Amino acid sequence: MSKKATVYVRLKDGVLDPQGVTIHKALNQMGYSEFASVRSGRFFELEIAGGSEDIDSRLQEVCSRLLSNPVIENFHIEKE
Amino acid sequence: MKVGVVTFPGSNCDYDAYAAIRHVMGEQATFLWHQSTDLEGCDLIILPGGFSYGDYLRAGAIARFSPIMDKVVMFANSGGLVMGICNGFQVLTECGLLPGALMRNRHLRFSCRYVSIRAERTDTAFTGRCRQHEVLRIPIAHGEGNYFYHDDQIRRLEDNGQVLFRYCDAEGQVTSEANPNGSINNIGGIMNAEGNVLGMMPHPERAVEPILGSDDGLKILESVRHALSYQSV
Repeated sequence: MSKKATVYVRLKDGVLDPQGVTIHKALNQMGYSEFASVRSGRFFELEIAGGSEDIDSRLQEVCSRLLSNPVIENFHIEKE
Repeated sequence: MKVGVVTFPGSNCDYDAYAAIRHVMGEQATFLWHQSTDLEGCDLIILPGGFSYGDYLRAGAIARFSPIMDKVVMFANSGGLVMGICNGFQVLTECGLLPGALMRNRHLRFSCRYVSIRAERTDTAFTGRCRQHEVLRIPIAHGEGNYFYHDDQIRRLEDNGQVLFRYCDAEGQVTSEANPNGSINNIGGIMNAEGNVLGMMPHPERAVEPILGSDDGLKILESVRHALSYQSV
């Protein structure tokens, strides 16, 4: 059984990411001109204690109810 | 009227709202603790500004799961008046009482200054005391006030007349220079389709006496008082 889930949350395509834009500008100023764009995001590591048979649907629920805002963000889950 | 001001851990404009209602307007006000599940018979619920739960995760994302928010949602769904200011607006979008989302300011800086906003309608519970397109001087203080909604949905919002306040210049012109945070269509405040829930980034409770620089915020609070007195007759 999986012990850990990693959740990646990022802004949906088409939603402006001012942090990514600013980081991209900084890279250009530093001379790293080979990158066309930067998108920022975040990730969460959830250690699974067990006790839930439908862990996949519970994870989906947690991601859409709390860890991401479905209006502006997408998420994906990787389990170890 | 009796106004309930919700205090979340990290709220910091709850006393400003309380003082505006109690001391400036002479109305009843009470604090409602986030763990409470009793709205104490209030006619208006204010979700104040601040940094509830340290703005961890996303602004307002954790506050919306406070015990009191279940009651606030029920109150709003039964037609009760709810007003979210700044962080309160973020809580209202997170909990789904208002559409859209508030994102990081386009320029990434925290903005704390007076701005001008224009009242887009005067036939609502929140703007009944304003003139059509009246320009109000009200301060903002936020880092995440950049209102976002997808194109087709923003059109519906506009068509429904749910945009109540727009950032503008001193003459009431809606320009990109007057937009302090990158909000789509210069949106500073919206209401739900039913017209009983308002969210706005500017702080009307901080503009209630001339000594504060403006008392234009009173027009919004007095609109609510007027609407409520009408309701009870």
